[in-house]
Amino acid sequence: MNYLLTKKALFLLFFVLFFGQIRAQDFPPLPNPPRLVNDFTGTLSSDELARLEQKLVGYTDTTSTQIAIVLMHSTGDYEIADYAQRLGENWGIGSSKDNGILILAAMNDRKVFIATGRGMEGAIPDALAKRIVTNLITPNFKMEAYYQGLDQATDMIFKLASGEYKAEDVESEGNHGGAVFLLLLFIVIFVILPLIKNRKDNDNHMGGRGGGIDLWTTIMLANMLKGGGGGKFGDFSSGRGSFGGGGFGGGGGFGGFGGGSFGGGGAGGSW
Amino acid sequence: MKKFLIPVAIIAVLGIYLYTKAVGSYNQFVQAEEQVNGQWAEVETQYQRRADLIPNLVNTVKGYADFEQETLTGVIEARSKATSMTIDPTNLTPENLAQFQQAQDQLSGALSRLLVTVERYPDLKANQNFLELQAQLEGTENRIAVARRNFNESVVAYNANIRTFPNNIFAGWYGFETKGTFKASEGAENAPTVQF
Repeated sequence: MNYLLTKKALFLLFFVLFFGQIRAQDFPPLPNPPRLVNDFTGTLSSDELARLEQKLVGYTDTTSTQIAIVLMHSTGDYEIADYAQRLGENWGIGSSKDNGILILAAMNDRKVFIATGRGMEGAIPDALAKRIVTNLITPNFKMEAYYQGLDQATDMIFKLASGEYKAEDVESEGNHGGAVFLLLLFIVIFVILPLIKNRKDNDNHMGGRGGGIDLWTTIMLANMLKGGGGGKFGDFSSGRGSFGGGGFGGGGGFGGFGGGSFGGGGAGGSW
Repeated sequence: MKKFLIPVAIIAVLGIYLYTKAVGSYNQFVQAEEQVNGQWAEVETQYQRRADLIPNLVNTVKGYADFEQETLTGVIEARSKATSMTIDPTNLTPENLAQFQQAQDQLSGALSRLLVTVERYPDLKANQNFLELQAQLEGTENRIAVARRNFNESVVAYNANIRTFPNNIFAGWYGFETKGTFKASEGAENAPTVQF
């Protein structure tokens, strides 16, 4: 009985956490495990993907600036500038300092756009983003040298953005603490408390009082739903209702997007 | 004695309930309105940014002797009309907002006519100064679109908040009124088909 209730509660929880993404069906779901380079078109070889990823993860580790690359087929009726801004905002590229950059290429539309997060607009103004696109990306893309174009563009962005933000070790330490605390809270709420409650009802073999727990669980979930929009534990879930930004990743990989915001800055071009 | 106490208790409970409800919804309205005000400030900032770019653009284009004066004066006039139009955030009625949008849309129209005319001047189109101004102008248009969308979302949330029952009663007491939104430009309501 207790096991079943816990299962039900967990199912509801997952539903709540994923609900934010059901509405966003025009956007690809967050990459899992988190990746900075996402090629949905198979344009880049796995070797090129790995090299770009390694380069960008290294840059994120030292500066906290997150540069993401997305290659997709088509942005449909969206303007590429509009779509890039929405995707950046949707995924939350960048840390809480909004220092994210998204290089988006729509291969069938032959269009490319560099979207700058709100915190990067000073380091990379639109005019410079435009220059990167017209001088480095489109000439290479015209010759189908996609890797070279992206490689040179990210190099230039590194140069422009270096020194703008530094990664803070303290910040990631805080994340671990929050995650552990949240996990403990979960155990208490969903395992220990129901156990205690059930023990009290031990002499009642009818099971008729189960409804009490159900109501109680519902209230708990309703409260969590209310606080879900980036409350105290916003960092754990990237504030976007997803599992991106937790501290569990570890190792050398990319830890996840941190909820950066995009205000529409950047520039693009076509090839 | 007891008979006398029961109605008093009921009235007291009702009074407390009503009071907390009234205070709670008032605070809710204020928060929603502050959200709208913040987004409105962002909208105005971005429109101002566009207006600030225009003198540079006009000066750059002016350098090309035979450039159509008509198009240029059209932009300058539309700009002065648009910048003279400001709305106090406490007065974001649908009518005011429609006027504001009309003035800004006129400027958008004049600007796009200017950019179309530029197509006939290959030298100007290759001018580095002009290219960068154009990139900035495009970026600003994108920022305006984002700011307008965020503003509309906050207004929709605010309007829904003050118009649902029983909030509408409290909103009427306190004098909170519905606010206007930007209308979508044509073609924006097409269903997009995105391919990852």
